[in-house]
Amino acid sequence: MSLPSLPKSAIVIAAEAADWRAAVTLAGEALAESGAARPAYSAEMIRMIEEHGPYVVIAPGLALAHARPGPEVLADGLSIVTLATPVNFGHPYNDPVRVVLGLAVTSSSEHLAAVAAVANVFNDSTAISDLAAATSADEVQKIMGL
Amino acid sequence: MKIVTICGAGIGSSGILKVNAERVLRKLDITADVVAADIASVREVAADAQVILTSAEFVEAIGKTFADVIVIQNYFDTAELTAKLEAALG
Repeated sequence: MSLPSLPKSAIVIAAEAADWRAAVTLAGEALAESGAARPAYSAEMIRMIEEHGPYVVIAPGLALAHARPGPEVLADGLSIVTLATPVNFGHPYNDPVRVVLGLAVTSSSEHLAAVAAVANVFNDSTAISDLAAATSADEVQKIMGL
Repeated sequence: MKIVTICGAGIGSSGILKVNAERVLRKLDITADVVAADIASVREVAADAQVILTSAEFVEAIGKTFADVIVIQNYFDTAELTAKLEAALG
């Protein structure tokens, strides 16, 4: 089980985001920066949340922003944005969000191995606060087991 | 037994829920087929499911079902998953 590609270009530390849309957009821009998605993927991820609510905040402090495989996805990839100031997504239990993961997958049938690797990292309950406190992309990659 | 995990896209969050549910079921020594699906296909996929795992946001859209709908707050908290699955299946 290996994590989707997470190069340093897909990691943004202590970013400023005015609201959840800005935070998700940063995660999308980081995926575009690393070549995993086209810039329009940000809007797709935002639309999923507008349509279905803040369910992407899957654990306290952590949002897993993602949309469906589609023309905006260029390769399997992960991005990580840590926020200087946490933002609310409107989730009933898990706000405020300190870490946004952006996930792009090319095929829904093959994404499970990648997602399992993500689950492995975060089943360690300290991973989210460790990421939120990370001060470099190196540190983030280390926490993610890279 | 069939368990369905539901999210908006059928990838990502429902995938994480599937992976962690399978881990918990193995520890509980329960054999089940766990399927990740998107909310649009819930009727079809969950027609023969005993349990649906999801977030609070999807409960209304899942609507009437014979399955036990279980809301998970922290997808990475295997203790929460274990307690809720044990309560539903035990």
